Amino acid sequence: MSVAQYYETMEYGPAPEADTEARAWLARHGASFGHFINGAFAAPADGKHFATSEPATGKVLAKLAHGSAADIDAAVIAARKVQPQWLRLGGHGRARHLYALARMLQRHARLFAVLEAIDNGKPLRETRDLDIPLAARHFLHHAGWAQLQEREFADYAPLGVIGQIIPWNFPLLMLAWKLAPALAMGNTVVLKPAEFTSLTALLFAELAAQAGLPAGVLNVVTGDGATGAALVDHDGIDKIAFTGSTEVGRLIRQATAGSGKSLTLELGGKSPFIVFEDADLDAAVEGVVDAIFFNQGQVCCAGSLLLVQEGIAENFRQRLLRRMETLRVGPPLDKAIDMGAIVDPVQLDRIASLVETGVKEGAQKYQAPGELPQHGCFYPPTLLWDVQPSSTVAIEEIFGPVLVAMTFRTPDEAVMLANNTRYGLAASVWSETIGRALDIAPKLLAGVVWINATNLFDAGVGFGGYRESGFGREGGREGITEYLKPVVWSGRKPRAVQPAVTETDEHAGFALPTIDRTPKLFIGGKQVRPDGNYSRAVLSPKGKHLGEVGDGNRKDIRNAVAAARAAEGWGRATTHNRAQILYYLAENLSARGDEFAARIAAMTGLTAAKAKAEVDAAVSRLFSYGAWADKYEGAVHTPPLRGVALAMHEPIGVVGVACPDEAPLLALISLVAPLIAMGNRVVVVPSERHPLVATDLYQVLETSDVPAGVINIVTGKRDALVKVLAEHDDVDALWVFGSKEASAMAERLSVGNLKRTLVDHGLLTDWYDAAASEGPILLHHAVQVKNIWIPYGD
Amino acid sequence: MSQSASIPEPSRVPLRGRERPVAIEAAAVARNAGCALELDWVDEIRINLSAAERRVASLPGRRTVKNEAQAAWLLKAITCIDLTTLNGDDTAGRVRRLCAKARQPVRADILDALGFAGRKLHTGAICVYHRFVAAAVEALDGSGIPVAAVSTGFPAGLVPHNVKLREIEASVQDGAEEIDIVITREHVLTGDWRALYQEVKDFRAACGHAHLKTILATGDLKTLRNVARASMVCMMAGADFIKTSTGKEGVNATLPVSLVMLRMIRSYQDRTGYKIGFKPAGGISTAKDVLNYQILMKEELGREWLEPSLFRIGASSLLADIERQLEHHVTGRYSAFNRHPVA
Repeated sequence: MSVAQYYETMEYGPAPEADTEARAWLARHGASFGHFINGAFAAPADGKHFATSEPATGKVLAKLAHGSAADIDAAVIAARKVQPQWLRLGGHGRARHLYALARMLQRHARLFAVLEAIDNGKPLRETRDLDIPLAARHFLHHAGWAQLQEREFADYAPLGVIGQIIPWNFPLLMLAWKLAPALAMGNTVVLKPAEFTSLTALLFAELAAQAGLPAGVLNVVTGDGATGAALVDHDGIDKIAFTGSTEVGRLIRQATAGSGKSLTLELGGKSPFIVFEDADLDAAVEGVVDAIFFNQGQVCCAGSLLLVQEGIAENFRQRLLRRMETLRVGPPLDKAIDMGAIVDPVQLDRIASLVETGVKEGAQKYQAPGELPQHGCFYPPTLLWDVQPSSTVAIEEIFGPVLVAMTFRTPDEAVMLANNTRYGLAASVWSETIGRALDIAPKLLAGVVWINATNLFDAGVGFGGYRESGFGREGGREGITEYLKPVVWSGRKPRAVQPAVTETDEHAGFALPTIDRTPKLFIGGKQVRPDGNYSRAVLSPKGKHLGEVGDGNRKDIRNAVAAARAAEGWGRATTHNRAQILYYLAENLSARGDEFAARIAAMTGLTAAKAKAEVDAAVSRLFSYGAWADKYEGAVHTPPLRGVALAMHEPIGVVGVACPDEAPLLALISLVAPLIAMGNRVVVVPSERHPLVATDLYQVLETSDVPAGVINIVTGKRDALVKVLAEHDDVDALWVFGSKEASAMAERLSVGNLKRTLVDHGLLTDWYDAAASEGPILLHHAVQVKNIWIPYGD
Repeated sequence: MSQSASIPEPSRVPLRGRERPVAIEAAAVARNAGCALELDWVDEIRINLSAAERRVASLPGRRTVKNEAQAAWLLKAITCIDLTTLNGDDTAGRVRRLCAKARQPVRADILDALGFAGRKLHTGAICVYHRFVAAAVEALDGSGIPVAAVSTGFPAGLVPHNVKLREIEASVQDGAEEIDIVITREHVLTGDWRALYQEVKDFRAACGHAHLKTILATGDLKTLRNVARASMVCMMAGADFIKTSTGKEGVNATLPVSLVMLRMIRSYQDRTGYKIGFKPAGGISTAKDVLNYQILMKEELGREWLEPSLFRIGASSLLADIERQLEHHVTGRYSAFNRHPVA
């Protein structure tokens, strides 16, 4: 068009970014790439390649190596070999390398941005203004953690070799999120990028080597799911860090169960976007654009579920539809677009089919009227209005530019609808009333809550999910700890197997008998008979019959979990209140110390002095958690914006606890106290061999004002009960201290609802060593961090 | 020709102004008749500063114009400029020079190269103090370029109310077709919406046929919520344009302030059907700046708001930068200020 024509129409016209440099880089490699192993490109062992194409045109961009188990093996060997040297380099040395990587990204920012946009299909605006700068910030931020490592994480050691599997929606940014903390802390890495989008990872590896990163510290193996599986299964891997679908996350949890591999999962979501009547509605409409039309909606934390207060719903719909009229979809390198291409035809089909289902199930469909490019993988911004919670599109993660909307009447109902999902990744709350916004944020079961904002990220602020959106955090101090292990746990030895004890025949004489006591189960604050009404004998080491405890079964666990779920108020109790009850528990336990010592001595065969020492240690431990209850606090992060992010420590919810046989009282207290101090409710399976010390506790619990349902105790066959807990989808976390097999089973069966698990793999904890068994080392697992972003200003 | 700064009596009807055609391209735009003061419309306003900032920060990444489109947009911007001089040392001679530039804002050879030979292209208006209205009207005779007068005790707006009304009438009588009034900031800062409404309503009445641009002095109002509420009240009182600044406040036009005012314009249109114009003023001095404003107008309000009937830019040095950019577009070489005639 001529100047005169533009003068009349005032249209934008094409504004393409040049892609010369990115194409030249591809050409330099002959558009064919090997893996990047041990500092150099390496051909795949079996010679197999696959094509990667450009979503906006469908044209093949390059040939990539298909990683086999042999390629993974070579990469792991390379990473393993150099890990000790990488660690020995020290925090400052690694800080220099990470700083160099940050600067390298900044120097080559436009090349990365253009290559990413071509490979993924997302708009250059996003890669240039968000992905690449934030990736550089991650390396800079984590250079800082490396520098501070010896001081801040002196009691922790790196895990070793990390396997990292990243998704296609933010290829380079996810690389940075994963790589920066891992390398900073002295780990080495084998990274598998997504098969659709491997190019920026290869470019990064190449330029990182040029920037001086030693060979073997970062290895990139390209490929598909099979390559990822080979990485997950490799014995030489100490941890898997995965971002991707919940479905694959479950497979990884199953595959790594019992292996001792550490695991973090950052999975899917159906994140609510809640608009109250007192919101800045135009701001919220713009928020929708940033929430669901950002990166074509292919964002795990996309605000995909619009909850709008009924009174303003129609007003909001009108504003949103008007806004959608001006959205522009176009080629990723056009600098005048809002949305680019969907990553792959497979994804496009899935989006289209889900939208069709939504319409069939009653939704009204509105799509942005702007033109789509004629070829390539494009889908218009879409609103599905008046969707019911039972509709498929309200339940499933669509992972496309599709907003699903429903209304609510009251703040309570908004919270209820927002939490009515298996997921819990993120949420966005729009209200100009500070009291309301700050009241709603803690009630949302999500790892990230944005107030009057959406899709804000920073290297210094933890990101990660609740519930089936995964576990672990990335970013900030929260994220760093995912790449470390406590030194004090490293030396743990396998627990010795206790010989079986057979009951000896012993006949009572005619002395006045003690009055019979029948220990029951303790559920919902009441002593109840076991559902099956069977009992189990409790014997001394020499076989003496000491009593009988209830033989709990799956229904008892069910009842205990229900009681624990009902005791939600405990999570909202003040920390002062929880502290007071923990101190009171200590007080009442101490008052009956002799009785407990005698019981421990009788059950375990310990000397009276040692038994007393266990009781004393248990009392002290309760005191410790009384102390921690109002002191294990979150943090205030200061990301680069006018505002704060509050990293709140929130209880996980209902936690199953299986106690080991050693130190039956102390171990139980050591595991239960941190959990309840942080507001969790527990279902405890005490030591199978020495359960009477747990049943004796009932009266202590009752006299210490522990609210009903906060601590529930089910005695019985331990591992059978652990299985029920592991399979129970209303149990949020499971701590298993005992056998290796029970640990493996707990991890394997936790996949139903992706519980957080803390297991000892059959390794013996020294319960008398406070460093190994008390304080932050366990409190860390007793909370989940929610980051509430609060931009402010007037 | 009257250069008198004396205030005429209110009873004197500004006939001369009334007889002149309204040069503002308002044919398609029905003039805002205002409406009763609806305090609910004011009370319900919620503005989130951070969200407004994010919107304007991301917009330049979402929209841009290059090459022919950019040249066209810049030419369009010229037609929206209220070429302004508001200095203590202004003289009739200075104003005549400005008027000459308004008539011929771009070198003819550049217009030729852009395919605009023979097309009438002039700035949106000339904006001066009352004292120079008559001089400007004379200098612009036959050009169709309207003269805008800043008024009502500009820039502080603290002279007596009746004096303000007489100042407006005097400017209209001298031939001003647009009156840029300043509001009494105190009314906003104390939330006295009735007083603000009545004040602007009086100004509108005094303007008669002349268009009323209400300057909010947003730098003095401080919060976006104040800006939004003042915008809404001024429109209800009959403003034809709402304008950000006098150019004399500590902070003048900004994109977040503009965003909020545009959203209020949209909201007022939704309620009354009237389209209100917008004029950012002060601090817009580069071609890049003005493109950002144009993009904001188009995105928030639509194509219509890119025309001088609904969009004006109060600026003095902007034109010179646009001229340089246009020459660059034509020649491919970077230009210099001294290659373009001064205003």
